[in-house]
Amino acid sequence: MNRIETTAPALEEAVSSAAEPPPEKQSSAWSQFVYVATQNPLTLVAFGMFALIVVVAIFGPMLAPYSPLASDSANALKPPSWDHWFGTDNLGRDVFSRVLVATRLDLLISVIAVAISFVIGGALGALAGYYGGWWDRIVGRMVDTIMAFPLFVLAMGIVAAAGNTVENIVYATAIINLPFYARVARAEVNIRRDSPYVLAARLSGNAGWRVLAFHIFPNALPPMMVQISLNMGWAILNAAGLSFIGLGVQPPTAEWGIMVAEGANFIVSGEWWLALFPGAALMLAVFTFNLMGDGLRDLVDPQRRT
Amino acid sequence: MKHTLDDPQTALLDVRNLQVSFKTRRGIVIALHDVSFEVGRGEMIGIVGESGSGKSVASYAVLGLLDRAGSVDGGDIEYGGMDLRAARESEMRDIRGREISMIFQNPRVSLNPIRRVGHQIEDVLIAHSQATRLNAKERAIAMLDLVKIREPEKRYHTYPFEMSGGMCQRVVIALALACKPELLIADEPTTGLDVTTQKAVMDLLVDLARARNMATILITHDLGVASAYCNRIVVMEKGRVVEAGETGTLFTEARHPYTQKLIRATPRRTSRLRQLLSAADPRADTVAPERRIDISADAPPLLAVKDLVKSYPVAGGVAGPGLLGRATRLVRGTKGEAEEGAGLFNAVDHVSLDLRAGESLGLVGESGCGKSTLSSIIARLIDATSGTVEFEGVDLTATPASDFARSPHRPAVQMVFQDPTESLNPRFTAFQSIADPLRRIAGVKGRQALGAKVEELSAKVGLPSALLGRFPHQLSGGQKARVGIARAIALDPRLLILDEPTSALDVSVQAVVLNLLADLRAELGMSYIFVSHDLTVVRLLCDRVIVMRQGKIVEQGAADAILDRPSDPYTRSLIDAIPHFQPVAGAAAPLSAAPPA
Repeated sequence: MNRIETTAPALEEAVSSAAEPPPEKQSSAWSQFVYVATQNPLTLVAFGMFALIVVVAIFGPMLAPYSPLASDSANALKPPSWDHWFGTDNLGRDVFSRVLVATRLDLLISVIAVAISFVIGGALGALAGYYGGWWDRIVGRMVDTIMAFPLFVLAMGIVAAAGNTVENIVYATAIINLPFYARVARAEVNIRRDSPYVLAARLSGNAGWRVLAFHIFPNALPPMMVQISLNMGWAILNAAGLSFIGLGVQPPTAEWGIMVAEGANFIVSGEWWLALFPGAALMLAVFTFNLMGDGLRDLVDPQRRT
Repeated sequence: MKHTLDDPQTALLDVRNLQVSFKTRRGIVIALHDVSFEVGRGEMIGIVGESGSGKSVASYAVLGLLDRAGSVDGGDIEYGGMDLRAARESEMRDIRGREISMIFQNPRVSLNPIRRVGHQIEDVLIAHSQATRLNAKERAIAMLDLVKIREPEKRYHTYPFEMSGGMCQRVVIALALACKPELLIADEPTTGLDVTTQKAVMDLLVDLARARNMATILITHDLGVASAYCNRIVVMEKGRVVEAGETGTLFTEARHPYTQKLIRATPRRTSRLRQLLSAADPRADTVAPERRIDISADAPPLLAVKDLVKSYPVAGGVAGPGLLGRATRLVRGTKGEAEEGAGLFNAVDHVSLDLRAGESLGLVGESGCGKSTLSSIIARLIDATSGTVEFEGVDLTATPASDFARSPHRPAVQMVFQDPTESLNPRFTAFQSIADPLRRIAGVKGRQALGAKVEELSAKVGLPSALLGRFPHQLSGGQKARVGIARAIALDPRLLILDEPTSALDVSVQAVVLNLLADLRAELGMSYIFVSHDLTVVRLLCDRVIVMRQGKIVEQGAADAILDRPSDPYTRSLIDAIPHFQPVAGAAAPLSAAPPA
């Protein structure tokens, strides 16, 4: 470890003085993206799969060969074939079309839920880390309280109490993810609170909230990006899990969790495709988000932008 | 440029035409070109150079410790007749520690924070089968004793965080020497330590090397240290060895312009500010501009600090004031009210001082003496426990530090920080950093006005405007220092606090920055408070010096007088510990014994 730390800055120095002045390349987001992607093939795969998921989420209904809700009792429970790639379910609906169409709903739930927990959790954690004292105690105990529950049970409780709707799934998912952001933000802000550039910002006349919002918080982003990506996977699983036990999204809406739940009844009788394909889609999505973490962090890290 | 020993048989380590390159995003960078040097038994050689000169890379290459992006492309590394380049990793692992050992720069980082120091020494002894479980403890205590740690039996059980920086470095030395290596590589072993500690550590290192007839490579940026302790010196610049020779002759008869520049830039007790600049600089050897404002005794002081106290609660237990002061500052941050009942430790202990307009005051002391705490209070970054800071007759302490950003006095007192890298927001370009105070306080609005003002400031500090779009990590140390200075003078402050502004910089950059600060003072009529541990540097810029120790002022007076005739014993020990750098033939007689056979 030590050797890398010692040689890297020295090298940087050598590089910047050797190439004096290096051509002022515009550090556009795109060239940064290309660099990050080419440095690590796994990141490239992750971003590629993410792009695919987004495309399917947007154009899913157009790409689907059949209507996800159109039942055809003559063709019920047919195994995968050229006409129905993923087979058909007990009502004769095309599983492939349903898996495609479900992408939008699942992605939307997780993105919105993660966005809410990032904003609220990040803000609370940052305030706790920066101001300390009562802020820290209140936010800290609040977070501890949430963490004290088994998170999935808490989400179940929230949805059951607040009503069985898609919005409530989003809120429940946001609430159970909030502690992670609050904790990461608190720790990252706290270690930067007295760093020289923050003191310099105060000398430059930045009021407290401005120091926090424009000087400290952006620098705390890279580790939070990793958290976002991991959480996206959890959020999808969580939403699907709630649907699986019958909360939130209701049939006949196409949703991965419900499809797995419904398909599970047919595994015993040998109709495996009903549960397998939505399950695989779910797994693929979670896997993609987990892979993306490092790439996302590298994207928002200015040290990597040269 | 090769340097040959009188008798090549004695060379323990022989590096010939070493070539090392690193793969980076901008392509392949050649870190070492054709580097050759050798060390004999009982000899201490210094590898001297500024950052980026490749001095550390050379030693990492010897130990086979280059990181993955680096590769040795050519040359030979021969150690005691063995070809190290051909050695397998398993052989190298055996050689490292037992045959060749290394001391790293930051002793705290090189020690495992959660293991007792005695156990860490045992680990090394057992790993290299120098001791068994039965006698390891005894051996470890003997090593602690060897590095002159008092009460080694007791210290055996301490954790690194319970020790001061100097003590930690002693433990690191004990670790490095535990297996009786033949060759020791010390990479900036005393950088970051106080001068008195530096002297103690270096003396210890030299004594041990002499007693064991060990070969030592001292890597340092400090010519003073190198000239005081080394037999021979290798000067490196940009990956090349530019000059090598006996210490005495190298400094008196330096032939290469780079060596000459380094020698000039190293401050001596008698040097003047302009003499530090490279001979190529047109201002070299001229007289630095005098301040514009007269310091007349009857003028009211610009700044009057009265009976200032800053106390921190002590968590219990006994620890050095330096350690404690730092730790509590980290924990409590900007709030630090004394708690009732708990013990109190005064980081600043009833300090009073005056500063007149246009005057420059040096604040000198070792780490933990309270100089940084004092300057932070004057800069209104932290609140004092009691006492007042009056600026032009107005009590600044009336506004709490947390609200001071909006005080009308905020622009008048500004600060330049110690580490130019740490003090710049990594997400701000140079332009944004300099523009920040202009936007927030001066209320400069609009792209054009802001751009013009920032360019004016960057011209003042000598920062090419083409660099304004860069992020801190794309700038060199000197450029970052200029950005920090430009930001601090953006608001035309009356008082500028310089908190060790050059301690993280190379000597040649330090020379330029110090001259820049002198020019700016003459141009803008600011007063300086220059906080530093280095009396020779403070003397260059300051009229008056205050020496602090354990939160109290121990001595004050005119800078030259204090340096030449210190009255307090503590001040004297500080001055005596400064490595004597007097490049006169014969004067630099190395302290280490055995000259090359």
